[in-house]
Amino acid sequence: MDALAALLVFVVLVAAVALVVAPLRRGRTERLIAAEEARREELEAAKEAKYLEIRDAEMDFRMGKLSEADFRALDRQLRAEAVEILRDLDRLT
Amino acid sequence: MPVLGRACLILALVACAYGIGASLYGARTGRREWADSGRRAVYALAGLLTVSFGVLELAFLRSDFSFATVATHSSTTTPGFYKGAAVWSSQEGSLLLWAWLLAMWSSLVLFSTRRRMRDITPYATAMLLGFGAFFCGLLVFAASPFHVLASAPAEGNGLNPLLRHPSMMIHPPMLYSGYTLFTVPFAFAVGALAARRVDAEWIRSTRRFALAAWFFLGIGILLGARWSYSELGWGGYWAWDPVENASLMPWLTGTAFLHSVMIQEKRGMLKVWNVSLVLATGVLAILGTFLVRSGILDSIHAFGASTLGKPFVAFIALLAAGSIALVVSRRDLLRTENRLDSLLSREAMFLLNNLVLVGLCFVVFWGTFFPLISEAVTGQKASVGPPWFDRYTVPLALMLVLLSGIGPVIAWRRATAANTRRNFLFPSACAALCAVALLPVHVAQKPLALCMFAFAAFVAGSIGQELVRGVRARRAMASESVPLAAVQLVRRNRRRWGGYTIHVGMAVLFVGVAASSTFQHTRDASLVPRQTVRVDGYDVRYVKATGRVADDPDGTGAFMTLGAVLDVSKGGRHVATLRPARNYYPGDPSQGTVGQYIMGDATSEVGLKAGATRDFWVAVQPDAGWLMKVVAKGNDLPPSAGGLALAAIAQRYAERPPPADFRLIASPLVTWIWLGGMIVAAGGLVALWPAPDLARRRVTASLRARVAQELGRA
Repeated sequence: MDALAALLVFVVLVAAVALVVAPLRRGRTERLIAAEEARREELEAAKEAKYLEIRDAEMDFRMGKLSEADFRALDRQLRAEAVEILRDLDRLT
Repeated sequence: MPVLGRACLILALVACAYGIGASLYGARTGRREWADSGRRAVYALAGLLTVSFGVLELAFLRSDFSFATVATHSSTTTPGFYKGAAVWSSQEGSLLLWAWLLAMWSSLVLFSTRRRMRDITPYATAMLLGFGAFFCGLLVFAASPFHVLASAPAEGNGLNPLLRHPSMMIHPPMLYSGYTLFTVPFAFAVGALAARRVDAEWIRSTRRFALAAWFFLGIGILLGARWSYSELGWGGYWAWDPVENASLMPWLTGTAFLHSVMIQEKRGMLKVWNVSLVLATGVLAILGTFLVRSGILDSIHAFGASTLGKPFVAFIALLAAGSIALVVSRRDLLRTENRLDSLLSREAMFLLNNLVLVGLCFVVFWGTFFPLISEAVTGQKASVGPPWFDRYTVPLALMLVLLSGIGPVIAWRRATAANTRRNFLFPSACAALCAVALLPVHVAQKPLALCMFAFAAFVAGSIGQELVRGVRARRAMASESVPLAAVQLVRRNRRRWGGYTIHVGMAVLFVGVAASSTFQHTRDASLVPRQTVRVDGYDVRYVKATGRVADDPDGTGAFMTLGAVLDVSKGGRHVATLRPARNYYPGDPSQGTVGQYIMGDATSEVGLKAGATRDFWVAVQPDAGWLMKVVAKGNDLPPSAGGLALAAIAQRYAERPPPADFRLIASPLVTWIWLGGMIVAAGGLVALWPAPDLARRRVTASLRARVAQELGRA
């Protein structure tokens, strides 16, 4: 192995080790995730999905894929489900 | 610099092992710093493999034949453009490309999710590093790209001439990007199951990567088809070859996944199905790499044969068994949140589309592995050909095209009789009109092709109707001009409209496939100059022969080119002048002074007149008997006379040519296949285009609220 190659391998090794161990050198321990945070992420995802469903239902109605009666019933049901999700989110706050 | 390359590979393997341990420790103990350290091991892996790949690429560009892989896969006569891409023509180089792309994509996804899904990502990190460890292990212990020869030869073997085609330069990186990107949703599915969090968040966070995988794999498959059409000299674009099939299988299950995840996101349904699909897609992506690299099945991709079968089989078995065990152990969490409301709904159509796609994948899998299955059962290796595949795939493809027209116009949850009538009237009229218009011509004699054309018209009608109604709806809601309403419609739901564009592209592509495979005219003829042959109403006249030495117009580095000039006319009207040729590349010097140039590798450069309605395709093969005679004569000459002898042979061929064998093909609508592919790619880009990050907006909103609250307190 020539000197230049050895030097380059050393530099790469030091850089890789420095990159990987940096979080361990912070000197404090943090919890990965609280149960509450996971639940919040889940509810936020559910909220976004429900909003998307409400918007799609409205677009479907406007484009003639749903009758007015069906749309009203579906929209009412979806909004009630969205309210439940928001209530769950508020309980976490 | 092979030492640097090899050292980086060893460090990469160590980084994988460390990262797996740190990530799993972080996940089990909940200690964030260990999970972060594991994530950074992926960044380190990307950096180390970038250095390794750079070293190898540099060796190829510099024609450094002290590297064994450079000596066997490149040469000083290989054109510069192809030298750079010759890296992935070797087994070692292609495995390194796989690992490098995996590390780059993994780094990207882990960076983009570094503040989200903190319970899932450590497991996903460990899984991604598991893939990395497998490929780095192969590169360190079984197929090192940095093996150094004791004495470097003066010249290398050169790049396989079949691979000297522009498509082949981009095709492998595209396929490998597809394969490696499919490991991302695979890893996150494993992470979600391991962390017992199976809501739609992991799907939302990795959906774009699944879509990118599908996009790249699709482009790779299409480029492969284009290469086959213009380079392999048989006149087709798809031969149901095992290696082609290997890339198609994960693409099919990936397509099914991209459709069915919408049902989970919207309705919380099909969780087991989605997880199973994405896990199967990940396993099929590794299986695809294995089929290219193992040589276990006879394939036109013989350059890929190797001895890496056993580790691949063990890894695939581990992935498959682990996936099944994980899904079974989490079945209680994967209960559906809703039921199917009606069989006449978009959910039901998605489900049917999934069954068709998985059915197609099963047919392809069965046909691909039939030689191994038959050998295991009967002791004899038997294979199935294109007619077997066509028998099952054609009806399934017809259903798929029809469903891609039904899906966009049918409502979620439940379609009523009234809205079904309203939504299907126009697309059905388009299909009926198309069928009636085609009845008087000979298309009617081919009912399956007629159905495909009618179904494609149905798709065009349904998407066109959606666009018009969508624009109208937006104009009613926001009083926008027609162009602005159309742009806003697409902008507000890029995923939907990108998907619809893809449906149109696929319909166009299938029309091209149906027309070109059903109404193709092929003729094989042996001709001498001034003879004429007729194909599908076209008169093809062999005008003259051509011969060139070291003057390859396509820049592939061919040493000698023997070709023909053909005049194509119809009803006395000139249509095209075609120049098919046969390229000859230097081979084994032991085959003699002239034999080494003619008995080595040879490729067809086809003559092609592509058009919107018809392609005219010609390949030429100079008379083999004549060539054997000139080789026998030329081999009596001393080696130093090789160049002059070849020049004399080329001149003799051009002036007094022997009969040449021609394959002449007139195929309708082949261009539609490439056009359809481009529309699909455009739709993919629309769907992939990043929308504003909801998570970032949420974080910003909550920080603003906090600032306002704290200012209020002060």
